[in-house]
Parts: sequence; C-alpha cells; structure tokens
Amino acid sequence: MNPRRFVARLAFWLLIVAIAVFSIFPFYYAILSSFRSGSALFSPALLPDRVDFANYVSVFVEQPFGRNILNSIGVAVTVVGFSLFLGLTAAYALGRVRFKGRGVLLFTILGVSMFPQVAVLSGMFELIRALGIYNSMPGLILANLILTLPFTVWVLTTFMRELPKELEEAAYVDGASPWTVVTRIFLPLMWPAMVTTGLLAFIAAWNEFLFALTFTLSAEQRTVPVAIALLSGASQFELPWGNIMAASVIVTVPVVVLVLVFQRRIVAGLTAGAVKG
Amino acid sequence: MQAANATELTRARVRSAWMFLLPMIVVLALVAGWPLVRTIYFAFTDANLSDIGSYSFIGFANFLEYYEGEWFGLLVDTDWWRAVWNTLWFTVISVSIETVLGLVVALTLNAHFPGRGVLRAAILIPWAIPTIVSAKMWGWMLHDQFGILNDILLSLGLIAKPVAWTASPDTAMWAVIMVDVWKTTPFMALLILAALQILPSDCYEAAKVDGIHPVRVFFRVTLPLIRPALMVAIIFRALDALRIFDLIYVLTSNSRDTMSMSVYARQQLVDFQEVGYGSAAATALFLIIAVLIALTLTFGKVRLGEDVR
Repeated sequence: MNPRRFVARLAFWLLIVAIAVFSIFPFYYAILSSFRSGSALFSPALLPDRVDFANYVSVFVEQPFGRNILNSIGVAVTVVGFSLFLGLTAAYALGRVRFKGRGVLLFTILGVSMFPQVAVLSGMFELIRALGIYNSMPGLILANLILTLPFTVWVLTTFMRELPKELEEAAYVDGASPWTVVTRIFLPLMWPAMVTTGLLAFIAAWNEFLFALTFTLSAEQRTVPVAIALLSGASQFELPWGNIMAASVIVTVPVVVLVLVFQRRIVAGLTAGAVKG
Repeated sequence: MQAANATELTRARVRSAWMFLLPMIVVLALVAGWPLVRTIYFAFTDANLSDIGSYSFIGFANFLEYYEGEWFGLLVDTDWWRAVWNTLWFTVISVSIETVLGLVVALTLNAHFPGRGVLRAAILIPWAIPTIVSAKMWGWMLHDQFGILNDILLSLGLIAKPVAWTASPDTAMWAVIMVDVWKTTPFMALLILAALQILPSDCYEAAKVDGIHPVRVFFRVTLPLIRPALMVAIIFRALDALRIFDLIYVLTSNSRDTMSMSVYARQQLVDFQEVGYGSAAATALFLIIAVLIALTLTFGKVRLGEDVR
C-alpha cells in the first residue's frame, strides 16, 4: 500500500470513529451518570466505576414517575390507534381513487404537518377547556392528533400508491364493496407500512412536549417529557442531575431498542415521508 | 353499455372515497382548523387566560397601536424582534451545519466498509432520543461546574477557565445550535443517503476510467444529481427549525438571548396570561411559515419542471 493511500484510509477510519463517538457519547455519558449518586456524580471519569441504583429508586419514590410513564404510554398508544385507522381509510381514498380536489387536500394535509404547534395553542386551550378535558389524558390525545394524523395520512398514501393497480379491479368486478376492498385486500398488504408509520407516530406522541406542558397542571397528569423537564430536587437551586439522568435513561432505552430493531422500516418510513413528498 | 357501467362504477368509487375521507377531514378540522381559526381570532381581542370566555374585540391593537404619543404592540416590541432574529439566526446556522455534516455522514455511509450497518445504527440513536432528554443530557454535559465538556476542554488546555455554556449570552445560542445539530444531523444524513443509493453507477465508472479526482466528481456529478432530494431535506429541516420550542425552552428556559418565536408566544400566552397578545405573536409566526410554505410549493413546482427538461 503506498503512503498516500494509507493516509487516506487512516483519515477515513478516523472519520468513522468520530461519527460514532459523536453519536453515541452523550447517551453513554447519561447512562454513566445515572449510575452515580451523591458526590460520585461529579467525578469526571469516563469509564464506569460503579453501579448504584439509588437514582433509579428515588426517581420513582420522589415523583409519580411510574404514573407519568403510564400516561405517556396511554396517550401515545391511543393516538397511534386513531391515527392509523383514520389514516388508512383516508390513504385508500387519496392513493387509489382519482377525484377532484385530491391535490388540494394532499397539500392541505402536508401544510398542516408543517405548521407550528404554537399557532393552535390558544384555540386548542379554549377547545379543551370547553370540552372539560383540561389536565387529563383525553385532552392530550386530542391535541396530539394534530402532530400524528397529517403525517400518518401522508406516509400511508405514498405506500398505498405503490401497490399494483390490478389489485382491487378484480374485487370490484366481483361486486365487492369499497369497505371490503380496504379491509380484505389492502389491510393485509399494508401491515408493514402500518407498523412503520405507527412506530413513527408513537415516537412523535411519546416525545411531544408543548401541549403536554400547557394542557396539564398536576404532577400526576404529566407525561414523561414534561415530568423530566420539570424534575426538581430538595432545593430549588440544585437540579437533581442523577435523577434526571436515570429518568432519561428509563424512557430512552425502550425507544432506542425499538428504533434499532425496526431500523430498516423506520428509515423507509422517514424517506417515504420526505423524499417522495 | 360497458362504458356506462364503467362511469357508474367510477362515480360510486368517488362517492365512497369521500365517505372514507370524511372522518379524517372532520378530525383534522376539529384539532387543526378550528383551533387555528380561534387563535387568529384571539389575536384581535384582549382575551386573558384566567377567564378565556370574556374578551372584547380590539382590532389591530395587539399588533400596533398609537396611544398618547407612543406606539405599542407586537410590531414595536424589541423582545419580539429579538425572538424573530434569534429564530432566523438559529435556523440558518443550524440547518447549514446539518446539511454539511449530513452530507459527510451520508457519503461515509454510502462507502463500503466493514461495520457499516453498526455505524448506521449508531447515528440513529440521537434521532431516537426524545428532544427533552437530549436537552437535559447536554445540559448536564455543558454544566458550568461539573460538566464533562468543560472538564475535557480544560485538561486539553483549550480553555483557561470553565465556560457557562447555556447561561452566558455569548455561548447560549451556540449551545442550542450544537444540541440541535447533534439531534437532527442523522435525519439529514438518512435522507441524503436514500438519494445517494438510487444514483446510477455508470457515470461514476466513466469518471473512474477517465481518472477524474473524487472531489471533482462529487461537485460535478453527485451534488447536481442529489440536489432535488437535498433541497427537500433542507426545506423540511428549515420549516421545522423555525418553529423550535422544546430544546430552547428546556436548555436555556426563557432567556432573551435564545428565545425563539414559539417560546416568546408561549411565554406571553401562558406565563403572562395574555392570550390576545400571545395569539398575535403565534399568528405572526404562522403567517411567516405559511408564506414560506407557499413560496416553497410554488418554486418547487417550477424546479420540478426544469428537471423534466
């Protein structure tokens, strides 16, 4: 190997290492810190030197963190269910049938997925108050639909379009109703796309912060992101960093595992939502 | 006879299509359309959060009002313009850095080397971590007394004394940009990678045979070919950056040095209970983004036409 080639190889591998360290280190350091309590937390050592579960215990004892996790799961699962059902039926109409106003409708949906959450904040606040669901899970479910629904419709429509045209023709000739066509022909074929879209919608709802911060009042009603952001310790001047890191690790590990397991699907979903859009 | 049957079938399908769309449209109108209309309406009232039901119409007073020899309202509020400037600065800088780094990561992942799958999995981690968690994680790493970043930089001799990254006016915005770059470069890289992987290989072989330098190939062949996908990714990221709230709110709270338009609007709305004034700010942000989306769609179509030629 000539020297120039060697230098190029070396630089390439250094770049790979740099990308990997840059991506992984912050999460690694959060895990490391979560196992250190008391004065050990302030140790700058970069290698694990102890495994202390004190932070993990106190985050559940000092806060209603278990309840917060259940809230987050409840809101995210319900929102994903609604979004997938409404998204699938809408995607069938938008992806398989030609009709006037389809383009306008698709652009409106894309527009809604891009507009700022804060633009609906006061209107949504009034609506949630009027419906009597302020400081409760139904309020958050309603608000979260604005994040997940447009995007679910959009991604499912792009997947729906790619299925071959002959699929439903035969069924229609046999006199099947559109509902039968959607549930019997498209639903089984759309499962992979539904899993992808559902995962992305779940992550979006799981991470949502602005609505959860604004539409809840008591610590018991908070979702996980709000609970972590507002986590406070014994004194108001010193943040309980150990607890915050433990809580962060608890809520992040499942999502990271999910993402790594469904890597290929998620990448396909992300690029379907953007590149083809 | 058959033609008549076909049109009848088409009509029936269009009718059922609208039936299928109806639930989605109703829900979207309820959770997006109605609240948006109400927010814009509130922008012209003096509504207050403590009693949102009683308000009166005050015209454009939330935006601009002349009262006893002085101008009042959003358009003469220096804090608002500061927030506009912060948001634009943040968007331009962070999206630029993310584009360059995203290209570097995507080109790396497009090469063949052992462990490519592992690296692709690794870059997904920042994307998967909730924004609030990444803000807290970095807040801890950037801590002025115990932060690991200060510790590393001190031991390398790059800084003489610890830096208060998130509190000091000189570095707070850069701290926000750094965390955002960390969090969203993977998204950028994956979109660019998807575009790179569908490029035709024949022109690269031709370039290789002709002995053209790889850097030249990148600027002359790769970049023009992935430009449409790159533009879509940049536009998506920019529109997303303009509405930033979570990261800034958690990392630097309501500091004037980093306050974005969304943070400003929410502070007025919730913390100061000024629903009317806060809605005016939210409406202004909505208009800015709506105009940008309209421009994008218009110019996007024009460029699409060029590409066909």
